[in-house]
Formats: sequence, C-alpha cells, structure tokens
Amino acid sequence: MATATADAVRVARTPPGSLEQVAKLTRYQLREFLRSRRFLALTAIIVAIGAILTTVVAYFRSDLTGLVTNNLAFYGSFWAGGANLVIVLAAVFFGGDAIAGEFQNKTGYFLMGLPVRRSTVYVAKYIAALLASIAMLGLYLAILLGNGAYYLHASALPWQLGVSLVLALVYLGAVLGATFLFSSLFKTSAYGFVLTAILFLFGFTLIGDLVTGLVKIEPWMVISYAESTIGSMFASPINWGLTGSVSRMTIGMGRGAITTTTYTSGIAEGVVIMFVYLVGTAAAGLALFESEEFT
Amino acid sequence: MTPSLEAHGLTRRFGSFTALNSLDLTISGAKCVGFLGPNGAGKTTTLKLFTNMIYPSEGSCRINGIDVRTDRKRALADAGVLIESPEIYPSLTPNEALEMVADLRGVPASERRERIRTVLAEVKMEQWADQKVGRFSKGMKQRINIAATLVHDPEVLLLDEPSTGLDPRGMAEVRAIVRDLKQSRRLIFMSSHILSEVVDVCDEVALVDKGKLLFYDTLDNVTAKFAAGHGSVDVGLARPMSPEDVAGKIAPLAGVEKVLQLDPKRLRLRFQGGLDGQERLFDALAALRIGVISVAESESALEEVYLSQISRGD
Repeated sequence: MATATADAVRVARTPPGSLEQVAKLTRYQLREFLRSRRFLALTAIIVAIGAILTTVVAYFRSDLTGLVTNNLAFYGSFWAGGANLVIVLAAVFFGGDAIAGEFQNKTGYFLMGLPVRRSTVYVAKYIAALLASIAMLGLYLAILLGNGAYYLHASALPWQLGVSLVLALVYLGAVLGATFLFSSLFKTSAYGFVLTAILFLFGFTLIGDLVTGLVKIEPWMVISYAESTIGSMFASPINWGLTGSVSRMTIGMGRGAITTTTYTSGIAEGVVIMFVYLVGTAAAGLALFESEEFT
Repeated sequence: MTPSLEAHGLTRRFGSFTALNSLDLTISGAKCVGFLGPNGAGKTTTLKLFTNMIYPSEGSCRINGIDVRTDRKRALADAGVLIESPEIYPSLTPNEALEMVADLRGVPASERRERIRTVLAEVKMEQWADQKVGRFSKGMKQRINIAATLVHDPEVLLLDEPSTGLDPRGMAEVRAIVRDLKQSRRLIFMSSHILSEVVDVCDEVALVDKGKLLFYDTLDNVTAKFAAGHGSVDVGLARPMSPEDVAGKIAPLAGVEKVLQLDPKRLRLRFQGGLDGQERLFDALAALRIGVISVAESESALEEVYLSQISRGD
C-alpha cells in the first residue's frame, strides 16, 4: 500500500475562521437533520395536523362562518393555536438531544478531534436546528395559507399575521435556546428528550398557572407566557406594551365563588422575555457544553 | 526544533482516583511511539487531555508548541486524532464525512477530492465511498475514522488503540496502514495494550501504569535495558526442522539459553550477551545453513519487560 504523501512536502493547513466553520458545520448538521427519520416523522405529524384542520374546517364550515369569512379570526385561531405546538414539537425533535446525543452517540468524539471550538459546534447545531424547525413552521403556515386562500378567496392577508410570524420565529429561537440548555445538562439523549417534552408541552404552562393562581403575580419569568404574544397580535386592541393585561373571572356566587385570573403578555413584554431567554439560555448552555468533558 | 508533543506535570484526577499522575513527556521528530499500558493505566486519559476532550487537574500539554487548553483549534490544526472509536453522523457517506473534515480543516477545495480519494484508497474503502456510514460495520467505520485523521496530511497523529474491536484481518490491515504512515515523515503516537502491535510498528515505547510513566525509550533500548543482557528473537526457516535437530544443533549454540519451537518452521530463541551475543548468534545460525529466512525481535522480549514492570507496580 502506498502513501501518496510519502515524499511530498507537507503543507500545514490553516483551519478557516470560526464564523466560516460555523457556516460549514451548519450545512452538514442541517443535511443530517433533513435526512433523519425524525424530520420525516415531524413532517408527517404536521401534515396530519394540517389534514385534521382542513377536514374539520371543511366539515363544520357552516358552523364556523365567523372564522371562515374573517381573515383576522381565521388566522388568529388557526395560526396562533397551531404555531405553538409546531414550535414545541420542532424544538423537542431537533433540540431535545442535540447536545446530549453528541455524548451518547459518540459523534462528539469525531467532532472534538477536529480543530474547532466547542462554541462553533454548539452554534452550528443550534442554527441547523433552527433552520429545520423553521422549515416545519413554514410547512404548517403553507397548509394554513392554502386553507385561507380557499375560504377567504381574495381577502388580503392581515398584516398581523406577518408580525405574528416574526414573533413566532423569535419564540422558536428562545424555545430552542432553552432546549439546547436542557440538552447540555445530560449525556443521555432520552433524558434531554423527556425533560424538554415535559417542560414545553405542559410543564411551563403548569408553572405559569401556579404562579398566577397561588402567588397572584404575572408569570413573566416563564417562557411559555411569552408565547401568548403570537395570538395577541390578532386581538383588538393590541397591547403593544411592556406590561401584560389581566382579566378576572368569577365563577359561582357568595362564599363559594372562585375568581380566576388570566394574564396575557404585552407584545413588547413578550419580546423582552423571549430575548432574555434566548440570550440567557444560549450563554448558560454554551458554558455548560464548554465545561462538560468527553470522559 | 519545537517538540511535536509535550506534557508537563500533566495530572488528571477523577474524585479521589488519580488517572494520570504528573506525566512529563516530550516527543520530537518523525517516528512511531507506542503508548503502552494495561486497561485503566491512563492511556486514553492522556490522549483526551492532549485533545482537550477532558481537562487537566494540573499541568499542561502542547502539540507543536501550542497549549491545547488555551488554543485547541490551533493546536489540533496539524494533528489527526482518533480517540475511542468515534461515530460519524450515520446519514453521511464516507465522501461527505471526509469532505466535512477537509472543509473544517481548511484543505483547499481544489485538493479536497483528490485527498479524499487517496485516503479512502489507503484504508481500502473506495468502493464504499458513497454508501451511508450508518450501515457500516464497526471495522468499516474505524477505517473511515482513520481516513478522517489523514485527510489533511497531518504532522502528528494521535491514535487511541486504533485496532480495537477489529477482527484479526482488520487488525493486520490497520497495522499495515500505520506502518505505511511511518514512511511519510510524521509522528505517530499510538496507545495500545497489544504488544505485538507495538513491536510490529513502533520505534519507541512509553509504558504507563496506574497513571505513572514508567519509562520512555526506543524499543531496542527498552528490551536491552530491562532484559539485563538477555534477548529473544523469532527465527523463520525455509525448511521444517525436527525437534531432534533443534535440540542437537540450536540449543548448544553459544549464548542460547532457551529454544522454543513455535512450529516446524519457526523458533523462538532466548539468548544472553546483549547485542554482541545477538550478533554471534546470528553468525552461528547462518553457519549452520538450516535455511534461516527471517530473524525478528520476539514480541516476548517486550512482553517480559512489560510484565516485569507492570507487576513491579502491583
């Protein structure tokens, strides 16, 4: 067997800059996501959600005249309602084991042999997961727009949908940041998946409800609270402020009456919460990944 | 000349267990160094410290003069690393995985395809270049891992038990690959607990046990020093030799202490007298005209040193 370089003059290679490496690694990570079974599975789930939505609207259209004739009501209901689920599912599927999997599957040992910073790997994986998740959100939006075009005909798309989409993307970024942080806590994929799924599917909502119900304060510290801004965009009037709105409802009468309090995040407040989570979880997750050892 | 690998007081503790205890090691030049030791001796720990996969409790390590803790990117730029049989993303093909490595290592696009083709040929995986890695056997994946360490033609190779998990044929092929790599003027630092592998491919040997470096020297010096003038060689014969001839012709030769007939055409001779004794023995064997076609230092020479040093530490 011959070694081609035996007598050649060796040229030391200089690795590209870290930003360039992030772009390159993102490309390969995204390719890995797009070819994965989980991408196929999530696509199937979203298509199924879209199919159910389409079928239900078609079947009950006579009872849903308020929805299928008013573009704000239509998108306010179906976009705001579904986008959060798609975001959470995408975050769990693409971020749940993003870091933990590098340890468990030993792919991290392959990457760590290369002249790349750990932050490069972390950021590239994050961007790839973000892009794959955006593709999923895009798929759901496309199904919704198809339905919208059918029922609302030439009715113009409400500008609120555009702003809501931007808010959904920021929320996606924050949720993925938190998912990556949780994933960095473990070296076993299943733990990352389970924790993120529990927290985002009902854990944070439960915490928010407990904070509201027991402590009687606005649950601004819970990331899922910011999610309400995606739907708030379709309300009238829109609360653009830095403080949430509160509504109270009393059920029953006299001494047995129960008053429930519901807070809804203001748009600016929601954006601040999302950015704080995005930056905070990114910094904490990266610090964790930097400190973890490939033992 | 800047040493290729340096460790200064390199220590790693896991709780109360000291996996590596103040390792001082400096290696320069193009050669193959075997890093020997029993399981749990600290071999993989050392290699992981050299690649910043784990962090030292004390001390430092450098590759080509660059501290891996403070600048792992530059330190690993001219090093190829294979530690703990890593996994490649299963949906990638060898071509894609090596392209990723070449891309991240800064191999120019104009050379990339040719380099990938060359290294895949070196590990005999050209025909699998476009199949997904996820379907490969452990041995095939290990070959791709070895190819990945070579794609940028590095000056330093850090290999952690590269033949682990391979079948005998795969092990032999990995050894052949490492032997070939020695021809291309680079430092190969290879951990192993397979003595025959080290004897076969390494020029120097470092023995570590319980986290302590016991010695680091050339293979010849190690066997000469620790064998205290005793040596052991394997002699290959063109024609079978009867046990009677072995007893009558070989055993009485000057300096021969013990003769073991491994098979009708192979003998293992233990002798005394150091290098002079070895020279006299070879002359005597040639004079016997018994069809000597090969003489190689016996694996058992290193084995004896290994066992004596390891047991001394117990």
